[in-house]
Amino acid sequence: MHISPVLWQFLVHWLTNSALFPPEASAISPYMDAFYFFLCAISAVGLIAVAILVFGFSILYRKEKSPVATQIEGSTLLEATWTIIPLALFMICFVWGALLYFRIYNPPTNAMNIYIVGKQWMWKAEHPGGQHEIDSLHIPINRPVQLTMISQDVFHSFSIPAFRVKREVIPGRYSTVWFEATATGTYHLFCTQYCGTDHSAMIGEVVAMTPDDYQKWAAGSTSGASLAQNGERLFASLGCNSCHSGEATARGPNLSQVYGSRLQLADGSTVTANDAFLREAILNPSTHVMQGYAPIMPTYQGQVSEEGLIDLVEYIKNLNSNYRIQQTLTTSQLAPGQAGASSSGTPQVNGPARAGRTAPSVPGTVNQ
Amino acid sequence: MSTIVTLPNQEEARLPKLSYLNSEYGLKSWLLTGDHKRIAMLYLISITFFFFLGGAFAGLIRLELLTPQPDLVASDTYNKLFTMHGVIMIFLFLVPSVPATVGNFVIPIMVGAKDLAFPKINLLSWYLYVAGACFLVYALLNGGVDTGWTFTTPLSTHYLNTHVITAAMGVFIAGFSSIFTGLNFIVTIHRMRCPGMTWFRLPLFCWSHYAASILMVLGTPVLAITLVLVMLERTVGIGVFDPTKGGDPLLFQHLFWFYSHPAVYIMILPGMGVISEVISTFSRKRVFGYTAVAFSSVAIAVFGFFVWAHHMFIMGVSNYSALVFSLLTMLVAVPSAIKIFNWAATLYKGSLTFETPMLYAFGFMGLFTIGGLTGVFLGSLGMDIHLTETYFIVAHFHFVMVGGMLMAYLAGVHFWWPKMTGRMYPESMSQLAAVTTFIGFILTFFPQFIVGYLGMPRRYHAYPPEFQVLNVLSTAGATVLGIGYLLPMLYMPWSLKYGKIAGSNPWQATGLEWQIQSPPLTENFVDIPVMDHEAYDYEWLAHKTEHEVTTVG
Amino acid sequence: MDSHAIVTGQEQHEEHEEHPAYLRHHFVTVEQQRETASFGMWLFLLTEIMFFGGLFMAYLLYRNWYYDAFVAGSNTLGIGLGTTNTAVLILSSFTMAMGVYSAETRNRKGLVTFLSLTILLGLVFLGIKSKEYHDKYVEHHIPGASFSVEDFVHPADKRDVPLAPDMAQHAQLFFFLYFAMTGMHALHMVIGISILFFLLYHAWHGAYTNGHTSTIDNFGLYWHFVDIVWIFLFPLLYLISRHPLK
Repeated sequence: MHISPVLWQFLVHWLTNSALFPPEASAISPYMDAFYFFLCAISAVGLIAVAILVFGFSILYRKEKSPVATQIEGSTLLEATWTIIPLALFMICFVWGALLYFRIYNPPTNAMNIYIVGKQWMWKAEHPGGQHEIDSLHIPINRPVQLTMISQDVFHSFSIPAFRVKREVIPGRYSTVWFEATATGTYHLFCTQYCGTDHSAMIGEVVAMTPDDYQKWAAGSTSGASLAQNGERLFASLGCNSCHSGEATARGPNLSQVYGSRLQLADGSTVTANDAFLREAILNPSTHVMQGYAPIMPTYQGQVSEEGLIDLVEYIKNLNSNYRIQQTLTTSQLAPGQAGASSSGTPQVNGPARAGRTAPSVPGTVNQ
Repeated sequence: MSTIVTLPNQEEARLPKLSYLNSEYGLKSWLLTGDHKRIAMLYLISITFFFFLGGAFAGLIRLELLTPQPDLVASDTYNKLFTMHGVIMIFLFLVPSVPATVGNFVIPIMVGAKDLAFPKINLLSWYLYVAGACFLVYALLNGGVDTGWTFTTPLSTHYLNTHVITAAMGVFIAGFSSIFTGLNFIVTIHRMRCPGMTWFRLPLFCWSHYAASILMVLGTPVLAITLVLVMLERTVGIGVFDPTKGGDPLLFQHLFWFYSHPAVYIMILPGMGVISEVISTFSRKRVFGYTAVAFSSVAIAVFGFFVWAHHMFIMGVSNYSALVFSLLTMLVAVPSAIKIFNWAATLYKGSLTFETPMLYAFGFMGLFTIGGLTGVFLGSLGMDIHLTETYFIVAHFHFVMVGGMLMAYLAGVHFWWPKMTGRMYPESMSQLAAVTTFIGFILTFFPQFIVGYLGMPRRYHAYPPEFQVLNVLSTAGATVLGIGYLLPMLYMPWSLKYGKIAGSNPWQATGLEWQIQSPPLTENFVDIPVMDHEAYDYEWLAHKTEHEVTTVG
Repeated sequence: MDSHAIVTGQEQHEEHEEHPAYLRHHFVTVEQQRETASFGMWLFLLTEIMFFGGLFMAYLLYRNWYYDAFVAGSNTLGIGLGTTNTAVLILSSFTMAMGVYSAETRNRKGLVTFLSLTILLGLVFLGIKSKEYHDKYVEHHIPGASFSVEDFVHPADKRDVPLAPDMAQHAQLFFFLYFAMTGMHALHMVIGISILFFLLYHAWHGAYTNGHTSTIDNFGLYWHFVDIVWIFLFPLLYLISRHPLK
């Protein structure tokens, strides 16, 4: 989308400082604001047209000036005009809006993933490297960030006005949204779906930092174990190993390359094993049985919290070597100055869990 | 300013000796009446009471929002305030507003009948309304409900311990009131038209009510069953909508919005009907594009059934269904635009006067235009992501519901007041009230668009301090608005005793209701009329007034 | 329009033309009254379709999600009782239709007989329904605290596929919908039977065999509607992938 840079910067500067708009802090914000301008413009035109007609006719045809009314039945031409023009304008809005929507809700493949769990009345952010935050979210700028979100109880909605993004956080299924912050700063985070008593207190801050600062923050905030490492521990403690041991004769399928692959289910259908599938398979295994396997997996509904499920999903995701490599590249790009891939806690399969840094481990960070 | 008002000589004029108001006396004659006009009056009193109750809650909400801190009421109380405000205003005020009062009163007369098709069911409708209201008042007096008017699950089913079932029951019962009213209107308009009254000779008020009635009749039962499921889930504990028990919370959303979106058209269409009548009368002209306006009403009703998921764009509906619903939302906006332009064109080459109903109608046209256009903002997928669940939405629906519908309701009450009571309200006071309402409204709700785009969420008890200025403006406006609404409560009752005698046709309007006495007889017409002219036929009216010798009294 | 004084009561009645006593005064002709009442009833039945529609939507969704649980649940419903009930209800629709015919042919005794038979059959239906509900109670299939997954995880019938525990839990949703849908249907039956008693009383006194058949006609519509709802409910609830009878 091309808008004159000079005009655009002037408008942005003026409007941002006049507090009619939230700060434009993400890559999509200018596009959202441009669309908003367009909508305001056509609304203004429409309103002014109606106002001119109403006021104009009121003055021209008031009773003193026009004692006798002229009966007019109608005009098909006029009807067509004021049907087609609004329809055309609304269609432009539809197309523009649809494009914007698809852009916001379809993350790029190289987005770094952060998990969000919403519960009454707080937000928990879980970074794959093991950083846990409550009511805040630290992110690097100039990097696409994808949020995979779920609620532990009722509907919530994760909203960052400065980034112009928002998505409902639903119990029972993941929802995702992505953004790319472009300006450092601290921005509002709101819950925008009424969720009970302290709905208005379910707010926080999104801290957008330079990649350097983000690295420093990540280094200083890790709990010592990444989500995948937590997941590995959970995988063992819940006994998943006994069936999903990775051997050919095991009762459960090998999970090592499962994430992202196309699977053939027992009922004949084919699915892509994404985050949602993995979570569902743990909670409702009987509807997610792979072809060639018996439906003997017990359900873990009620036994694992959403954070636990996230840990397990992260673990399984990281068993896929392609994913692991991609994540390593993604995280290493955060500190372009640093040599090589400073592994921020990339887990090793079937080996001792190894924290990739010497930060003091914070006790009590195993799954809640 | 000149006026069209034509009153009988006030020295000699008297109210008619016999009318529906004095044909029978006693409480029983009112509470067991079958007369649609008396039932309309019963409704008028009830909904006025609930309007002010809901308005009081709004006042408290705005008072709380003067400061960013949650310092006036506790969080739970605040949640109950906005819930009860919403539930009362929607189900106990807006849905019955024009149909149950003005519609009940005037539709049989407009079609040339002596009553609605089913007078006893009409009375039953009122009793169901009262019963539903009693349940809601009971819930209110026993601690209130804090689910939000949307009863979102699983919050309402498993996470609240307020009187959710009582409130849901109240809405359920009031819903049947609405269904029966709609049923009555549809059958009346189909079957009770007098000889000569073809569909296209009906006043547009009837067309609007017909369209709204279709929505009432087909949509409300779905709300009813949805609330039954919520009540069952709360009592029995089955997870119909609970994901931990295999249920789907999104199923509730689909079922709820399947009614609640048509509900907004149920609320606005009757108001649009009023505007057609008022603009025509005070321009002395037939409505421009009668057929277009009539069909637009029906189009709004039909399209209105297919757009419900635009309340769910960010809730995880698939991208493709989001596309379909956004497209249909754009389509449903077009008939409303057509109507606005037709009304504006009706003013062209008319002979305009600016009595109170006309002022309210102008207010409607401006405010509904803004409200409707902001609906396009919200129907555009990408824009909705940023704006949904913020004060932008609150501003949008208040513009259409209050700036639109409530103004139309007041226009209707003022317009038909002389017919219903036989007396005129005081014009200068009412014009003052209209202007006050308009100014107060804009001051209250326009800042909310801005604070919404800034990101302030709705249903928030406390907010970041940078939003305070806009909130203070909004509250200041609410005070002015409140005054504007209180003024009619003073001068309307005053007019019952001291208002000028209106005569049968003070506005010199066409329409069968203006050709009979004010107030009308119980049976409206002594003989069923024969309709021999078109709707809004001012030439017929001029011819008639020339040639008839009117006797009043 | 002039307004000559109107007096209520007998005087007024003598003033205007002859009409049957049952013509309401806001109608011009008996024909108009009849057609209006009929239109009203059809429209009301349309609202009832929308009302049940919500339940059918929920059924549609959950049968799609938890098909196996629905199959298992459906197979535990007594097919004998269900089929008998279906026959009973269809028969009651027949007796109701005969009642309408009797009213139209001004056959008072016939009308009374057929209304009584319809009531009887309706009560038989409700009786069988209560037995079925009781059976579900005894078998611990009522959703909620007392629900037991035993019958689904370890089915007695060899032909039944054992369900995994989580899928067996979802059978609760099937039973919830079973009780909600048949319960809502039964509620409509109870209302219908109550109205039938009222109609029976008036029919005995000749109210509907004097030409004013409208009430019986329209009630007949209601009764047939309740029957049709059952005809949808029966296969949807009782016949999901049913095992063939031995």
